[in-house]
Amino acid sequence: MANHVSTAHGESTPPGLRGVVSDWSADKQAFPVPWGKAMMWIFLLSDTFIFTCFLTGYMNVRISTTVPWPNPSEIFSLDIAGRHIPMILIAIMTMVLITSSGTMAMAVNFGYRRNRANTAALMLITAGFGATFVAMQAFEWTKLIVEGVRPWGNPWGAPQFGSCFFMITGFHGLHVSAGVVYLSVVASRVWRGFYDRKGSYETVEITGLYWHFVDLVWVFIFALFYLW
Amino acid sequence: MDQVAVPEHAVAESAVAEPHAEGQQHPIRVYLVIWALLFVFSTFSYLVDYFHFHGVLRWSLIIAFMLVKAACIVAIFMHMAWERLALKFAILAPPLFLLILIGLMAVEGDYTFLTRLTAFLR
Repeated sequence: MANHVSTAHGESTPPGLRGVVSDWSADKQAFPVPWGKAMMWIFLLSDTFIFTCFLTGYMNVRISTTVPWPNPSEIFSLDIAGRHIPMILIAIMTMVLITSSGTMAMAVNFGYRRNRANTAALMLITAGFGATFVAMQAFEWTKLIVEGVRPWGNPWGAPQFGSCFFMITGFHGLHVSAGVVYLSVVASRVWRGFYDRKGSYETVEITGLYWHFVDLVWVFIFALFYLW
Repeated sequence: MDQVAVPEHAVAESAVAEPHAEGQQHPIRVYLVIWALLFVFSTFSYLVDYFHFHGVLRWSLIIAFMLVKAACIVAIFMHMAWERLALKFAILAPPLFLLILIGLMAVEGDYTFLTRLTAFLR
């Protein structure tokens, strides 16, 4: 596919490890992608370190506590139509976020096909799913706070549960909220034809990178915090 | 077949830009398949909890589904599979160092746990 890339000067660079050496050592731009995309990747790399620090901290306090860890399966259960279903709210939130990731991927695809209307619409749908996710998270927080969960304690066991929960899901929710704003801004620019005039829809892909990353982080939080 | 004709003015404008200016164009089918896979694996992880699997089976299933989903998202949705190896290395190699942090903190957690057992629970 994009293995053989021609540089601006016309010479082509080899694929594989030789390509890595030539990309990093030659007198040229190291990464043949739009600069915004390279920078977004590096930002996401730093964000990876932040979230890993949170999850590692959570792992550490969960290993070291002598009090039993509260059972997330029970805590995040809901009674729907008289049935007691464990973890159902989190499962729905996961599905909402994955759906939004799919619509975002479609938006990027339509962007590169220069389909302005579809791109803007799909981005707004993505933002809508993101807002839904945040709303459900607000519901979840409210429920837990009413039940007595605090950063320093809770009715079911290890007090560290609360601080881990609020910090990790709080930071993730903040990322989702920021993503909703980011998506809305870019979607409105798409709608107004800004990227048609610019001649490139790469900003849509860069926005997509951020949004997929938010979904990626949730995959880890879902597995390590909620399911573990 | 999925190559869409780019307007001439766009070509002229992007000629000075990067060779990637045309961007990542892939068949929509690829995205739909990955999308479906993500739903399937999310459902599987949920079922691990629903059917109350415990112990090593639970943990290995959770980790396996998590890694498969993460790989799908990064490789296809974030287009990493189509990037050049130099960018893959620059972004995907540094997080491997986090494994050292995770290992150290696991050991540290065990140590704290044992210290608490001997100090507080006698």
